[in-house]
Amino acid sequence: MRALTWHGKHDVRVDTVPDPEIVNPRDAIIKITATAICGSDLHLYDSVIPAMHRGDILGHEFMGEVVEVGRGSTSLRVGQKVVVPFVIACGQCFFCGKEQYSACDNSNPADKSDASEVAYGYPAAGLFGYSHLTGGYAGGQAEYARIPYSDFGPIVVPDGIEDERVLFLSDIFPTGWMAAENAGIEPGDTVVVWGCGPVGLFTIKSAIHMGAARVIAIDHHPRRLALAKQNGAEVLNYHEVKVLEALKEMTAGIGPDACIDAVGMEAHGFAPDNVIDAVKQETKLGTDRQHVLREAIMACRKGGRISMPGVYGGIGDKLPIGAFMQKGLTLKTGQTHVQKYLPKLLELVMDGQIDTTDLISHRLPLEEAATAYKNFHDNPNEWTKVVLKP
Amino acid sequence: MQTEPRSTDADMASTGFLNDDVHEGDHASSSIQAVMINRPRSELYAFWREFRNLPLFMANVRSVSSDGRDWVIAGPGGMDVELETEIVEDRPGEKIAWRSTEAADVDHEGWVEFRDNAFGRGTEVRVMISYDPLAGAVGKLVAKVMQREPRIQARRELRRFKQLMETGEVSTSQAPGAAPRG
Ligand SMILES: NC(=O)c1ccc[n+]([C@@H]2O[C@H](COP(=O)([O-])OP(=O)(O)OC[C@H]3O[C@@H](n4cnc5c(N)ncnc54)[C@H](O)[C@@H]3O)[C@@H](O)[C@H]2O)c1
Ligand SMILES: [Zn+2]
Ligand SMILES: [Zn+2]
Repeated sequence: MRALTWHGKHDVRVDTVPDPEIVNPRDAIIKITATAICGSDLHLYDSVIPAMHRGDILGHEFMGEVVEVGRGSTSLRVGQKVVVPFVIACGQCFFCGKEQYSACDNSNPADKSDASEVAYGYPAAGLFGYSHLTGGYAGGQAEYARIPYSDFGPIVVPDGIEDERVLFLSDIFPTGWMAAENAGIEPGDTVVVWGCGPVGLFTIKSAIHMGAARVIAIDHHPRRLALAKQNGAEVLNYHEVKVLEALKEMTAGIGPDACIDAVGMEAHGFAPDNVIDAVKQETKLGTDRQHVLREAIMACRKGGRISMPGVYGGIGDKLPIGAFMQKGLTLKTGQTHVQKYLPKLLELVMDGQIDTTDLISHRLPLEEAATAYKNFHDNPNEWTKVVLKP
Repeated sequence: MQTEPRSTDADMASTGFLNDDVHEGDHASSSIQAVMINRPRSELYAFWREFRNLPLFMANVRSVSSDGRDWVIAGPGGMDVELETEIVEDRPGEKIAWRSTEAADVDHEGWVEFRDNAFGRGTEVRVMISYDPLAGAVGKLVAKVMQREPRIQARRELRRFKQLMETGEVSTSQAPGAAPRG
């Protein structure tokens, strides 16, 4: 089959690779009908996440048709259309029992879990197409994919629904939803979202759906800011205003109730802290660029909440821990517990309550995936979200 | 010719992988590992006590006889290493302990213990593996095959045991499904 494979920093290629096969009883094979490139894939593209191997198949946002099921996969049937969560979860461990699916204890193979156990204290769960830290599973920017625990994770979608309306249930819709949920939104709240990429946009949609009185979105790409505005947010361009001052002024000195970092470890910024971080990241010291997290902590009102869907992988320093403690803030974060949200979010899509397609700027064949990566990376203003068709 | 590194694994290189700060038992190299398994204690004991099941989650063990005496360990290049063991303790539902016999090339002992978690989270399983990796040429080979470190070996085997007991399978991301390397 054809698949998008990683070969190094800024080097991805569409190669011919062996077809996946059923390995374990609960596996299924799906023929992929649509897949997307995520901001998280850019961290791999920029090579700031370790434990990548040349030839790894990328992609964790995908859906398709079931073409084969293992004898232990009792709930799926050949021919069904499914969306696959990017988090691989068994459904039976302690963490899955608590609906903390991105903490699943079984999905990261034993020979792959040592690294994350060293880096994070406990092994991470398996993710599709996201380095050997999280299992080394082949991803879904491909013609076919093997789905472990297929009787548990994938959600069957109704016949006839367009792929694009449900594709983002695989990651960014639940991620935006959980980011808003983690912000603990209360009536009258002002919620600030840093980053108007796909995750930020779904966070805005979710926060408004959950009843935020006011959402303020920050980015500097005009198209992305326009999308945020179109979704009901007030917008700030961080190249034009001093973010802290603007937020203070807009909230008449109280400050925002909840601050959401939907940017993560590759935040841009010209503040000295960020320049130092960028140098450290470049030299592979594993220091994350956490400019946005710092700004969110400083901007948040006393007693407020920080939600951090943005991905970090390494070690950070110079966090304003004093401001965090003295103001009595709360922080919630994590890879999304996708499976937990799927039934509810599919319902919202079917009812037409959330527009899941307005952010898609480009639709390309899988063969052009390498170009798509380059453009999504180099020209984020125009390339807001790419859907690939194998 | 390849100039670029084949992977960025080296970024993860850490002394944590060569951890030898835990010593328990009589031998040069040993480790205790614990894991919580969300299944009844009796079921876990019974599965382990059926010694022929052990290769299902012990990656380098090719076969074990039903009395737990004769172990065949897979070596590099298809070479097998035999290990004779005796069961020195067997408390149904609770503990199984074993030790290599005089005849064995590798000085080896271990036990597995099953306990109910007091707070209803399942069964606590503890495994101790201990052996002298320097006991002769075959011992060295076995040590190498067993991924050198008993701690890593025990940890991985327990993870696989847990996966198998909780989910019915041992998770893997091995090819096919992975791209050609290099
Ligand atoms: N928690 C999860 O499970 C999960 C899932 C998916 C994605 N993510 C993460 O969410 C983050 C965003 O993903 P995305 O797909 O939207 O990525 P993206 O790269 O498309 O968007 C990031 C946006 O942040 C903006 N930005 C950069 N620096 C900024 C700053 N200083 N202030 C304000 N905005 C700034 C960029 O201009 C860009 O528009 C990434 O870190 C991604 O890895 C997390
Ligand atoms: Zn994603
Ligand atoms: Zn699980």
